[in-house]
Order: sequence, then structure tokens, then C-alpha cells
Amino acid sequence: MHPVIKTVLERLGLGLATLFFVSIIIFSAIEMLPGDFGQAILGQAALPETVAAFRQELGLDKPAYIRYFDWALGAIQGDLGTSFSGRNASGADRSAEVVDKIAPRLWNTLFLASMAALIAVPLSLILGILTALYRNSFFDRSVNTATLTTISFPEFFVAYILILFFASLNQIFPSLANVDPDTNFGERIYRTALPAFTLTLVIVAHMMRMTRAAIINLLASPYIQMAKLSGASQTEIILKHALPNAWAPIATVIAFNLAYLVVGVVVVEVVFVYPGVGQLMVDAVRTRDIPVVQGCALIFAVTYILLNLIADIIGIVTNPRLLHPK
Amino acid sequence: MNKDTNTYSAAGEVGSVLESRSTFTRLKIELNKAPLTAKFGIFIIIVFVGLAIFAPLIAPYGEAEVFPEPYAPWSANHIFGTDQIGRDIFSRLIFGARNTVGVAFATTILAFLIGGALGLAAAINRSYLDLFLSRTVDVLMAIPQLIFALVLLSIFGSTVINLIIIIAVLDSTRVFRLTRAVSLNVVVMDYVEVAKLRGENISWVMRKEILPNILPPLIAEFGLRFCFVFLSIAALSFLGVGIQPPTADWGSMVRENASLIQFAQYDLKAAMTPLLPAAAIALLTVAVNFVVDWFLHKTSGIKDEK
Amino acid sequence: MKNKKDNTTLLQIKDLKIEGFSDERWHKIIKGVNLQLKRGEVLGLIGESGAGKSTLGLAAMGYTQPGCRITGGQINFDGVDLSKRTDSEKRKYWGNRMTYVAQSAAASFNPAHRLINQTTESTIRAGLKKQSEAFDEARALYDALNLPNPETIGERYPHQVSGGQLQRIMTAMAMSPNPDLIVFDEPTTALDVTTQVEVLAAMRDIVKTYGTAAIYITHDLSVVAQMADRIKVLRYGEEVEEAVTRKMLKSPKEDYTKSLWSVRSIQKPEKKSKDIILEVKNVDAFYGSFHVLKNINIKLPLGRTVALVGESGSGKSTVARVITGLLEPKIGSVKFKNRELPPSLKGRTKDQLQKVQMIYQMADVAMNPKQTVYDIISRPASFFAGLTGANLRKRVIELLEQIDLDESFIDRYPSELSGGQKQRICIARALAANPEVVICDEVTSALDQIVQEGILKLLGRLQKDLNLSYIFITHDIATVKAISDEVVVMNEGEVVEQGLKSEIFSPPHPEYTELLLSSVPEMDPDWLTDLLKARSY
Repeated sequence: MHPVIKTVLERLGLGLATLFFVSIIIFSAIEMLPGDFGQAILGQAALPETVAAFRQELGLDKPAYIRYFDWALGAIQGDLGTSFSGRNASGADRSAEVVDKIAPRLWNTLFLASMAALIAVPLSLILGILTALYRNSFFDRSVNTATLTTISFPEFFVAYILILFFASLNQIFPSLANVDPDTNFGERIYRTALPAFTLTLVIVAHMMRMTRAAIINLLASPYIQMAKLSGASQTEIILKHALPNAWAPIATVIAFNLAYLVVGVVVVEVVFVYPGVGQLMVDAVRTRDIPVVQGCALIFAVTYILLNLIADIIGIVTNPRLLHPK
Repeated sequence: MNKDTNTYSAAGEVGSVLESRSTFTRLKIELNKAPLTAKFGIFIIIVFVGLAIFAPLIAPYGEAEVFPEPYAPWSANHIFGTDQIGRDIFSRLIFGARNTVGVAFATTILAFLIGGALGLAAAINRSYLDLFLSRTVDVLMAIPQLIFALVLLSIFGSTVINLIIIIAVLDSTRVFRLTRAVSLNVVVMDYVEVAKLRGENISWVMRKEILPNILPPLIAEFGLRFCFVFLSIAALSFLGVGIQPPTADWGSMVRENASLIQFAQYDLKAAMTPLLPAAAIALLTVAVNFVVDWFLHKTSGIKDEK
Repeated sequence: MKNKKDNTTLLQIKDLKIEGFSDERWHKIIKGVNLQLKRGEVLGLIGESGAGKSTLGLAAMGYTQPGCRITGGQINFDGVDLSKRTDSEKRKYWGNRMTYVAQSAAASFNPAHRLINQTTESTIRAGLKKQSEAFDEARALYDALNLPNPETIGERYPHQVSGGQLQRIMTAMAMSPNPDLIVFDEPTTALDVTTQVEVLAAMRDIVKTYGTAAIYITHDLSVVAQMADRIKVLRYGEEVEEAVTRKMLKSPKEDYTKSLWSVRSIQKPEKKSKDIILEVKNVDAFYGSFHVLKNINIKLPLGRTVALVGESGSGKSTVARVITGLLEPKIGSVKFKNRELPPSLKGRTKDQLQKVQMIYQMADVAMNPKQTVYDIISRPASFFAGLTGANLRKRVIELLEQIDLDESFIDRYPSELSGGQKQRICIARALAANPEVVICDEVTSALDQIVQEGILKLLGRLQKDLNLSYIFITHDIATVKAISDEVVVMNEGEVVEQGLKSEIFSPPHPEYTELLLSSVPEMDPDWLTDLLKARSY
């Protein structure tokens, strides 16, 4: 088998194994709940029979590994169980399916994240490469200090400053990003402008600094000096000699920061009251609605693992040592 | 440097060597040469630590002291006004330094104790222990930290102790990786082999040969981890699942007063209130990052191109 | 390509001064050096580390490394002062009229491109030749440089060929635009001696054939003697002397130049000894499934030195690991004074550990940078002999005096010592344990010649004074001659030959010993020519 295919398959296998373990961790959340949590959710007034019925519905009478497989099989088919909320002591059940809660919001979150990524990725790559090329220039040092400052800002600080200037003092954008399925595309972009801009500011700093470091590292290779001494121009050195070896580090940088976006999205959604998965998850944590927390966590984790997997695969298929084995 | 080769002596041998100086003079020279950003950072850190230690002496009112007027405007009595139930914002900011910074500091220390010890053990042991720990850390790091923290908090509930333990354990994964990596670089050094060949026990090798040499990168990492932990805890508190009221904490203070920002057109000062604790968080993080950046630049010995 | 050799001046450097930035200050690297090179002439630049020879070599191309600057003087290349030109003007010369061959070929080739594209890149960029023409000529150059499969080797990627081949391909790359000047920067330093011979021969022939002028930078006088018409000796960024090669070798003027081959002047008469202190018996050892040592038998006579000679990968350092117990042998054993040592380090007693001490190649990494000289030397003395307080300090000072240093060094850190001083401290640390056997693993190969001489003399004196027995691991034949009583030649994990020094160095030799010994460059400008002649029969 060609080493590239072999390595990619190995990496895929590793990704699957990671996913398996991660799903076990998320699943065991429900295992770690104290024994009387049924009472806590249904309320003090709940009758013992109601609590028992609830426990049976969750399948707590079955062994853990069987419940894990039930849960995992369900998750693969898009069934994440039923929410804890909407139940009460009388046994009446108005709870919703977790999937129905997540699905519409997932689309919102993806929309917001992609909008931020579309601006942030090209911007930070360009800035990163420029600062690496003009290292220690005034431009580089100012960008360095500025990004060092912004990576130190909590997301909500950036968000509220933007709100103060663009929504409160000057009413250019709305401070609440309330969208629903009927909002048309242009309106949607307008309403998500501030949250997207916040996310962009937060990750550009990280991504740009890492790109700069990766490029500087690359430019220090002896073969770059060799290229200079063979008369190659600056552009030629970047495009022909540095870039073919830069895909792996750049892919890693992008994946790392998109994964970071996943985390940033939670806070930003709460600030702007944006109906996304992040806000749903935070609400679920506050009310200890475990099935919803599990569902959201699973989605975030899968995204995260997938992004890292893609970055690694890009690194593998652009590695000349694997592409052209001995 | 010109010397007569006929009178070669080992003691007089010259090479490109460092001048012999005491640690104190070195430190003084370094501090004088430090860039403005680093000096600023050190100053801010000292101020914040002072505030945290002497909070009860500096703050005009108590941490949870309630006054009759909620949302009072900025005035001589209440420099930054009062919050939604009438507590003095300025006093809470000062107590917040103690609580927020204190919790973040304790968490970082705990993360380093766990991650550092396990990382060192894995680097020296290099067998099943290393394999087991490294794989476990890989899996733990496959879930975004904030998400993982949210899951755990939903199970165990949001108390300060839970918060410290959960964040510390999650963050120790990164400390583990770094400690293991830098220790591995040191473990392969000949001087460690010399100690082993002499028959020194593991604890001596760890304390005398490895630890002093991995300390500089670990100190820098401590600064970075502190920033990260500090921001994570602030984010969780802001989301309402971190440090709980009535404890004064910067993250939750932002959240409690957030609605004031809508009135910027009418009362800009009041609208700034939620930004104050957020700015305090940002200021300390910037300060630590500036110092770490300078420290890294010093110790890495990287010679940037001109 | 026509031969460019004539008597006109190609390169003239006048009073060149270069500074480099380190430790927050500008340091002078080149302090006013003059250099003249005629067309078709080869100039050897020789000097020890820190002499500024690489900086000068690059400056000859008008190039300064990042963090360096030219502060004065001229670099006249064919009538143009390169020190006053911008990078984009100099680019017209680089890779066209002047080319560069770097020390580490493996790192200097771009891993992402095929070798032939890299060989011809600058030629095609400069518009000297069309691609097909340049490719054909590159293949001809591969052939002329004795590369295997010259027609197809260029299709490979850098990681697919060996180090010696890469170095020759880099020479082809430098020759491809048919330049006026090539700068060779230590091109064979990273190669084993047997590989070095072929690369040297190939480079010399091709430079002669095309009549290209060259600057050949090295620290090895015997190598430069084969390559250069004239030799310039540098030290601390200044010229020591310059002369035609033969004259320089026969009658160097300066004492410093003489000291450059000082190691070769140490002669030690061999002595036999009947008492065996240490014996390696029938040892086979593995790294994983890799068979590193195959049936090794070595006897170390009391108070004598056994030199273990071989190239990289011969297993000579692994023998040391087996003796010290770091690597357990699969079969066989190590005997100290006729009693078998436990195979692994863990099984050995303090007493057994004390008797065998080790000194390493890189003194830099053999000392903990966070410990003072006192910490480093006193630990074995307190650990093994149980000395404390004033007695311990007295012992440390005594040891420092034994290695020609004094009490003033006691509080220094390794970073405050020179290379030779560091190695002396490592020797003192080994002595502090009161050993009977000392294993020296390439202890002099990272040091400059004059420092090497000092260390070798010190080791010789200590052997006499303390009746020490040495196992001396080295790849350098001159060092073997200078220190050993007996010699063990190793190749690919096996002992090729062993015996008294006089037996090993006099014919007849087994095939590998012959190859190894004949490949060591000698201080004779005709050595390479004679060797190639002899080998072609």
C-alpha cells in the first residue's frame, strides 16, 4: 500500500478511536449524577412511582454498557434522547426531543461561525505572512503588540465594546442578534454582523501570531538560505520554496483556530442572545438538563475532532517524504 | 585575545564564553533593558497583587454590603455607582481582584502540580505509564476545554471548589504535554546519563538534574496557563455557571450589569460600568502576556533576523 | 564549457570588516581581511571555530548572514564592489556567476522538489539555458561526479539519496550555471572518511575541468591541502598568514599555523601488558530487532589504552553502553578483574559503578548547565568516597589542579568556560570517583586542534600518574596514533581487526582497515592524486 494511504488510514482509525473514547466520556455524564437526581428534576412533590417510571424511561435498570450502545446507536441515527425539562412532579411529560431543540440552532451556529471564519482565515494568513516577511519592522512590532493585547481580552469584553460603539452610541447594528427561520439572508447577515465581527477579532490575533511563527520557523531552514544564494527573489522564495513545505503547519494553525472558534461561539452567542447551540448548552448546564448538554457537547466534540483530522490529513498528503517514499 | 601560542595554558584558554556575573546583577541588567511593555506588565501585576492582598483595607465598603439605591450613578460616595441590588461597584471590583485572581491562581497551581508531576514521571518512566498517560491526555484534549468544563459543571454543580478542580484537571493536560516534552529533551542529555551511571536514585535525578533545567519554559508556561485559566473562569462566571453570587467576581459582574450598556446615549458613565470588570480582566491578562513575551524572548535565545 | 583559467583577478576583497549581533551587542567577526583570487584559482580558507572563515566565504559572494553587517572595506568581483550593491542587484550574480556549496546537504535541499529541478533552477532562472539543455547538462555533471544512475538520479527527491550523493549533487547544482566562482563551505565535514574521499575527488576534478575559481573553507588542513592552490589561515577574524599550498605545508611561518597539526605530532610508544583489567566477551547486542553488536571480544590491559576505531554506525559507542550497563547484551558478558559484571546498570553495586567512569564527546551537554564546577566535581567525590565539608572542598581543588585549572574556577557555571576547560572539568568529574577504567567517547572530536593536543597530553599524563586504563572511542586516525597501545577496528557491528598499534598500522590489512586507513587525508598535496591512482589499479 502507498505510504500516504496507509498513514491517512491510520490517522482515520485514530480519529475514530478518539471519537469512541470521547463519546464514552460524554455518555458517562449521566452515570456520575447523584442517585436522587430524578427527584431533583421532577421536584420534591414527585411520587416515588413517578420517579421510578422516569428512571425506567432512562433505562437506569439496564447495565451501563447496554445503555451506552443504545445511546451511541441512537446518536448515530440522529436520536439524542429526550430533554429533562418540561417534566413535572405529576408525571406529565411535555419534554421535547433533544434533536428537535438542537437542529434549528445548529444551522444558526454554523452560519455565524462560517461568517467569522470567512473573514478571519484570509485576513490572518495575509497578516501572518506579511509580519513574518517584515520581521522586526515597525509594522511587525505594532501588529505584535496589538494582537498580544487582543488575545488577552475576554470575548465578552470585545463584544461589549463593539456594542457600546456600534449599537448603543451609534445605532448602526442591532445589539441583539435575534434571528429566526423566516429571516432572509441579507437581514441575517446584518443582524449577525456584530457577533461575527467579535469572533473575527478574537481569532485573527491567535491565528495571525501562529501563522507568523510557522512561517518564521520555515524561513530559518538552510534550504531557504540556499535558495537566496542561488539568486531567487523574495517572491520566488515564498511561493516556490517556502509554500510547498508550509501546508502542514498552516493547516494545523487554521484547524486549531477554527476549533477555538467553537469555544468562542458559546460566549458570543450568550452576549448577543443569538439562538445557537452554544446558548442552548449554557442554558442546559444552568438547569442541569443533562441529555441536552450531552447532545451539544457531542456536536462540539465531533466538529473539533473532524477539524483536527482534516488538518492532519492535509499535512500527510503534502509531505514529500510520504508522497515519494524511498 | 592575542596570546602567545607557545605558552598555552588551560586556565588562560579563551573562547566565546559568558562573563561571570551574580544572579542579582544579571536580573538588574535585564530589568533595565526590558522593553516598555514588560515594565508596564510588571507594574500592573504588582498593583493587582497588592489590591488582592489588601482588599479589605482599600475597599471603602464591604463585599456584599447592600445600599438602598440600586443602579446609583457615579458619585463621590460610590465612585462607580451601585449594582442591580445596590452594592458598591468600586468595592466589589477590589474584592473581585482577590476572588477572581485568587481562584485562577489556585487553579493554575493545582494544574501545574498535577500536570508537572505526571509529565515528569512519564518522561522518566517512558513505558506503559507514559503510554497510558499520553493517550489519556490525547482523548481529554479532543474535547474543547470550555465545552468539557460545561459538561462537568452540569454534573457536579457550580461551586468554587468544583470549579477549581475541574478547570485544573482539564488544564493539567497541557501542562503535562509541555513538561513531558521539555523533560524528554533534558532526559536524553549526557549529564543525566552521568548521574544514572553514578547510581543516583530517581528522586535525585529529578530534583537536581532535570527540574532546574525545565524551569524556565515552565515558568513562562505558568504565565500563559494563568491567562488561559483566568479567561476561562471569567467566561464561565460570565455565563452564570462559574463563581456564584454573592461572591464579588469580575466575570459575573459584567453579566449582572450588562443591560446598562444600552443606555450609553443617556448616561455614558453608567454604560461603562459593565466594561470596568471586563477591562480589569483584560488589563491583567495583557500585563501577564507582556511579561511572558519578554521572558520567552530572553530565554529562548531566538535571534530574530534584522 | 570552456576553461576559464587565465591570470586576471576575479575577486579582490580589501580591508573587509564584518560585525555580528549577539548577546545584545555588536561583535567584530571579520577585522579587516584582504583576499585576492585569480580566475580558475582555488583558495583554501582554514581556521578553527570562531575564526570567521564561513562569514568571509559568504562575504566573498556579497552575502551576510541574518544578524550580521558589513562595516567597512570592499568586495570587488570582476570590477563591481558587491558591498555597495542592493540584494536585487546581487541576485543577478548569485546562482549565476557565483554559487555556494553548503556543509549540510541534507538540510540545504528543499524536500519538496526533485533534485534535477533544484540542480538546474538557477541556471534556467538566469536564462543561461533552456530547460531541456540544462537537464541534459545536469545529467552529464552527475556522470562526471561519479553518481550512480546519472540519467535517473535527478528524478529523485532529497530524502531518497545518501548524504555523500547529496553533497555531490549539490556540487552539480553549483556547477550547472558554469559560474566564475564557487564557495565550498566545509562540504565534507559531515561525511565519514571513506565517503569523503570520493566526494573530494569528484569536486576537485570538476573544478579543474571547468577552470572555475573556488574558495574552499575547512578546519582540516590535510583536506584543504588536496584542494587548494593557495592557503590562507584565519584566526579570530584576522589573517595569520597566506602562502602557496606546498610552501605552507613545508614551512609554515607562524606558530599558530604549526599548532594546527599539533595532534599529529604527539607520538606515544606502545606498551604491552599481560594483566587484563576489563574484558568484553562474546557480546551480541540489539536495539529492538536491530543487531548492533555481533560477537564482540575486547580485552583492556591494565594501565593501557585500547582505541576503538570505526565510522558512524560501526557500533563503537554501543560497546561503551554495554560496558557501562546502559544496554544489556543479549549474549555474552563484561568482566572486570576476571569477575563478571551484572549485565544491567540496576544490578551493579556502588563499588562496581565507581570503577568504570565515562567521558563524553560534547562536554556542553555532559554538564548540567545549572550546576557550578564545584557541584559537578564534588558530587562523585561525596557520593562514592563520602567526603564532606572542608575535606570535600580540598579534594575538589586537588582535582582542579590535576587538570591544570585552579581554585578560581570553582564557582563558575559551564557557560562561563571555554570548550577545552569544559572537557577538563568532565575529566575531573570522572577522576573524582577514583576509577580504574575510563571510557573516552570521542572526547576530542568537537575541539579545536590545539585544545585537542592539550586534552590528549593531559589524559596521557593522568594515565601514567594514576595507572588508569582507557577505552578510547574515536573515528580519527591521528588521535589513535597519538594515544593508543592497542587498536580495535570496527565496522557494521563487528570487529574487523585488533592488535597492537604497530601491527594494525603496518600491512597487510584486512580489506576494510585498508580502506579506512587509506581514506584518511594526509598532509601531502599529492596524497589524493596518488591514492586515486593506486585505487584505480
